[in-house]
Amino acid sequence: MAALGRQKSNILDKGLGKGKPEVNIATYALLFSEIVQYCQNRVQTVPELQNRLSEMGQHVGSHLLDVLLLREKGYKRELKLLNMLLFIKSNLWKTLFGREADKLELANDDERTYYLIEKEPIVNKFISIPKDKGSLNCAAFTAGILESVLNGANFPAKVTVHWHKGTTFMIKFDESVIARDKLVEGR
Amino acid sequence: MSRQAARGTDIRKVNGELFTLTYGALVSQLMKDYENDEEVNKQLEKMGYNIGVRLIEDFLARANIGRCNDFRETADIISKVAFKMYLGITPVISNWSPSGDEFSLLIENNPLIDFVELPDGHNALNYSNLLTGVLKGALEMVQMDVDVRFVQDQLKGDNLTELRLKFVKRLEDAIPAGED
Repeated sequence: MAALGRQKSNILDKGLGKGKPEVNIATYALLFSEIVQYCQNRVQTVPELQNRLSEMGQHVGSHLLDVLLLREKGYKRELKLLNMLLFIKSNLWKTLFGREADKLELANDDERTYYLIEKEPIVNKFISIPKDKGSLNCAAFTAGILESVLNGANFPAKVTVHWHKGTTFMIKFDESVIARDKLVEGR
Repeated sequence: MSRQAARGTDIRKVNGELFTLTYGALVSQLMKDYENDEEVNKQLEKMGYNIGVRLIEDFLARANIGRCNDFRETADIISKVAFKMYLGITPVISNWSPSGDEFSLLIENNPLIDFVELPDGHNALNYSNLLTGVLKGALEMVQMDVDVRFVQDQLKGDNLTELRLKFVKRLEDAIPAGED
């Protein structure tokens, strides 16, 4: 730092802000499009591309969680699974996309699996899928955000993205999460 | 076309922090892939350029402005209309060169660098280099060859972020590839 000859301001000295700045959707869409193209140029297959997008999303999610908990919940953690999911469906989604997610469902045959359904994710709005990549869903990026928010809040899960009723995020929780939740519920 | 029908009620804005963090994810991915500040600068400029050449169309379609008479007018439009429209900020125009072909955009609250701290040893990295590409790409599409570079950067301890734009030459009308 001395070599720079000037004092870098410490990021912790700055205010957090209220989180209300907005940018034009075109700005975001074009940035995201560059990200998709960049990822695409470095992989061969659709699953690989989705993995890459998911990793980028995880970067976003892990940085967002603290800010969100601090602002929205006075830095209290969510302990119960269902509350955490509702927090994601409403608070996280509202912060990120300006409205709640369309639907949250529990799988009929598996208590570890939940579905979060979003008819038209913002990231997909301006993306037309090429014919030879029919299965590609760029909301893998959002799935990555979701996954790292859940992991960061100590609800380890895998989140995958599927074309179903628009876009469906399939959240598959770790065995331990369900076991713990039953304990918490029991009290 | 259900998409078009829905357009009227569309949200036209996106959360700024989502934007900031998404950009952060991109830069950190580039740092991992290239491991070299200069290369990352180049890559960011290239991506910005791609964005610029497309963004200008959206801009011309929505901003409803005519042709600029001189570079000073261009500077005004860039700051007060374009930056305002796409990033929600209005950089201050200053430091005109005597011949009027070079000016600076001073940015106080660069939305790209919220939450960002440059680790030591990355003095060559222009974190927000995407902006230089966007400006260059967009201006090229309206026949202006402009040189854009960073002079000051808040991430490196400066009070402001300063972008310097230098008019190089007027580009001749050329038919875009594939449109004859």
